[in-house]
Amino acid sequence: MTGRAERSESVGVLARARAAGWGIVTVALALLALLLWSVVYPNIAIVLGSVQDGARSWREFFTSPADLDALRGTLVVAVGSVISAMLIGIPLAFLLTRTEFRGRRLLSAVATLPAALPPLVGVLAFLFLYGESGVVTRVVQRTLGMRSPPWTLQGLTAVIFVHAYTMYVYVFLFVSAGLERYDTTLDEAAQGLGATRALLLRRVTLPLLTPSLAGAMLLVFMSALGSFSAPYVFGGGARVLATQILVSKLNGSMGLAYVETTVLAVTAVLALLLLRRLQGTRRYAMAAKGRATRTTARTTVARAVLPAFAATLVVVLVLPHLMVVLVSFARDGAWTTQLMPPEYTLDNYRRLTQERELWRPITNSVWMSIVATAANAVVCFAIAYVVVLSRAPGRRMIALLAALPWAIPATAIALGLAATFDRNAPLQMRILLVGTYWILPLAYFIRNIPLVTSAIEGSLRQMDPTLEDAARGLGASRWLALRRVILPAARPGLVAGTMLAAVAAVGEFVASVVLYTHANRPISVEILAQVRSLSFGTAAAYSVLLILLVLMITVGARWADGGDRSRIPV
Amino acid sequence: MTAPRRNADAARAPSALTLEGVTRRYPGNREPSVSDLSLTIAAGELVALVGASGSGKTTTLRIAAGYETPDSGRVLLTDGDGQRDITREPSHRRGFGMVFQHYALFPHMRVEENVAFGLEARGIGKADRLARARTALGAVGLEDKAARSVQALSGGEQQRVALARALVISPPVLLLDEPLSNLDPTLRESMRDELRATLRRSGVTALFVTHDQEDAFAVADRVAMLAGGRLLQVGTPEALYHAPATRTVAEFVGRAAMLPAERRGARIAITIDGLTLDAPARQMEDAAGGASLVAVLRPESLVLALNLSAPAWRGEVVGRRFAGGHTVYRVRLANGVAVDVIGDGQGAAEGARAGVQLSGVPLAVVTS
Repeated sequence: MTGRAERSESVGVLARARAAGWGIVTVALALLALLLWSVVYPNIAIVLGSVQDGARSWREFFTSPADLDALRGTLVVAVGSVISAMLIGIPLAFLLTRTEFRGRRLLSAVATLPAALPPLVGVLAFLFLYGESGVVTRVVQRTLGMRSPPWTLQGLTAVIFVHAYTMYVYVFLFVSAGLERYDTTLDEAAQGLGATRALLLRRVTLPLLTPSLAGAMLLVFMSALGSFSAPYVFGGGARVLATQILVSKLNGSMGLAYVETTVLAVTAVLALLLLRRLQGTRRYAMAAKGRATRTTARTTVARAVLPAFAATLVVVLVLPHLMVVLVSFARDGAWTTQLMPPEYTLDNYRRLTQERELWRPITNSVWMSIVATAANAVVCFAIAYVVVLSRAPGRRMIALLAALPWAIPATAIALGLAATFDRNAPLQMRILLVGTYWILPLAYFIRNIPLVTSAIEGSLRQMDPTLEDAARGLGASRWLALRRVILPAARPGLVAGTMLAAVAAVGEFVASVVLYTHANRPISVEILAQVRSLSFGTAAAYSVLLILLVLMITVGARWADGGDRSRIPV
Repeated sequence: MTAPRRNADAARAPSALTLEGVTRRYPGNREPSVSDLSLTIAAGELVALVGASGSGKTTTLRIAAGYETPDSGRVLLTDGDGQRDITREPSHRRGFGMVFQHYALFPHMRVEENVAFGLEARGIGKADRLARARTALGAVGLEDKAARSVQALSGGEQQRVALARALVISPPVLLLDEPLSNLDPTLRESMRDELRATLRRSGVTALFVTHDQEDAFAVADRVAMLAGGRLLQVGTPEALYHAPATRTVAEFVGRAAMLPAERRGARIAITIDGLTLDAPARQMEDAAGGASLVAVLRPESLVLALNLSAPAWRGEVVGRRFAGGHTVYRVRLANGVAVDVIGDGQGAAEGARAGVQLSGVPLAVVTS
């Protein structure tokens, strides 16, 4: 007996509200109001801002070579990132889930490492390694006896290169998960029917993995579309919309900035709808539970090559982290033309911990991420409860609005907040937040709504919905049922969701760089400032502390989830 | 949002539950799922709702539980204080016990915490409620599993925990949704007897839904048979089996072959291939005079006649199935109808010619 049969009833809203319970209806209305205010309103402000001078800003956008270049650049980066992430992620997923070889465990362990790097830190590590004066670049240059660096880490190719490293992880994780669930007897059946490996892959395996692939492509496409740090640092002359928005804002061309933001957001939403459709139409239920059948490498060549390949890959994957740690001990300003930093010192850390102004970004980031994440935990739990377990009218709308920030690039969210909360106007429901401490926690909160909500929703959907009926039937009040039955059921998602939110917030860069003030500048913005003043050692020390914070949050989440490692996604 | 609770902790005497002309049509459906259904479950009685899927039995249970409000009709609860209309009372105020199809045990709580939850909701202190939970677990033979995780229990044990959890709050009425359908067949048979014994001992009024007539017969005092949202017959298992009110009931309950028949005084006569045999009629009067009658032939209504000299309907044995004390033969008669016949197992092999006679057990007739 399903406790909550879904029915499209044509009865009035009042009757439905009565059926759902007035308490829940009140909560639903409050959530709807909050989402309309924090998620929808800023977007409207942006669209309105783009037409405040009539069509002038739009005309300017479509006649400006720089802007059209940025639009093209954005799409090139997004598509290029998807392709390169798939080229790395898919074979790696197949290799690690299907083949047994020496070094497989080690490679599996480090394969997701790039995702653990906060966005700006990854970019920084690439600068140290592959930049014009990076270690790898110089090694190659000297080995080949070249007079100038063999490459410059500049332009769209460089951006895609960095994205390939950080974003292949999404493809790898999604495809691996798909392969774990994959019923390999299907492959055996196809091969028994005489299918070649190519036919098997093309007609059976890949079609069945389409939902996983589409999910991963969507994630990479959206991340690349809104990516800011890599284009900002490595873009050189090449432009993308996300950085162009900041340029326009700094130039004072707000109208143009709003147009660019609108174009970026609309592109993102269109891509979302397109890929969702692909994902939805190709979903199959696997009959049996997937069996993990790893075969050992068959040919002697493969047996010899695979471990070497794995070793190389492990080094490539670990190198950025090691480099950041190494540089964090380098004396600022001493590393110029040498292959490696010449002098090592603990000074960077000593100064960070002893000088109040330098320590400030760390406390800022910690506090702002605590505030934002706590708000996410409460609000997103309420959203998930209303969406999954109640029959409150308007819950579909709430679900849609809660997913919206995911489709909107962070730069656009930030600019929307800047456009909306730049003055006190109670009648327009605006309050002055720009230039205050609270604008950043609000931005983090909004950015993380989809993540935390979907994590909790996932847990609640796994819960047998009759549990709540059972508790209520046994006489439990709504509150007791919530506390004793629903909250425990939601816990895995709540812990995982808030963990990921806290990690994202503590290293957040994109919205921060648009909205920060000197007083609430977070770690990421400070890292950028140190890089700009060529204090690489200090920048790296901040990065290491940021990585440590991320580690602490992860460990804390594992502990909060009762040591059950399997429940927390990587 | 806390529900006002009537003498929450007092052990209540079982109440009688009455559904009175209840109708419920889901929006979008043309036909009502439950149509003008009236049924009373007496205090302490065990009633089973049986029917195929889509017959309306689940909707009826949901209305009884309060998850669903009928479009018309009333739900009444009668106890020592008299009768009251609970049609519009939400489920959580009725205080009924409920055993869900998948048990709905709280996965993160230990067995005893699950059972004690209803007492916790009534504000009973921890020591007291755990002691009472253990007593309730003792009643279902699970005292030693009190501290286990519910996920470590077998299906049968989970079912008993769900039952203990529902009974420990002394509900005025207990509702069970397919309580046995998740068990494997061997376990299911022993759990039937146990379920009935436990319910009897507790003296609770119980209404339970099942699609399996054997479950219904083994557990219930009376069985209510539904089809197409209508109540076809309510009665003891014996009444439904021997005196089905309609052809649908006869076909759903037990094995039966239906053959056209005519009434000859107190006897029922059946003619196949020119040969007429007769047996005493079970009912004296028929539901509809004049309508064509169909005799309900149970396996025990027929005997296999290997000696072909006696008058018997001729046929061919098309199947045999050993059923413990006897063997059931399936014989295809000359008119093409296959009937089940009980034999002694020494008889014919598949493909053999055989004769079928009436055993003399009184026959039920229904209108076709």
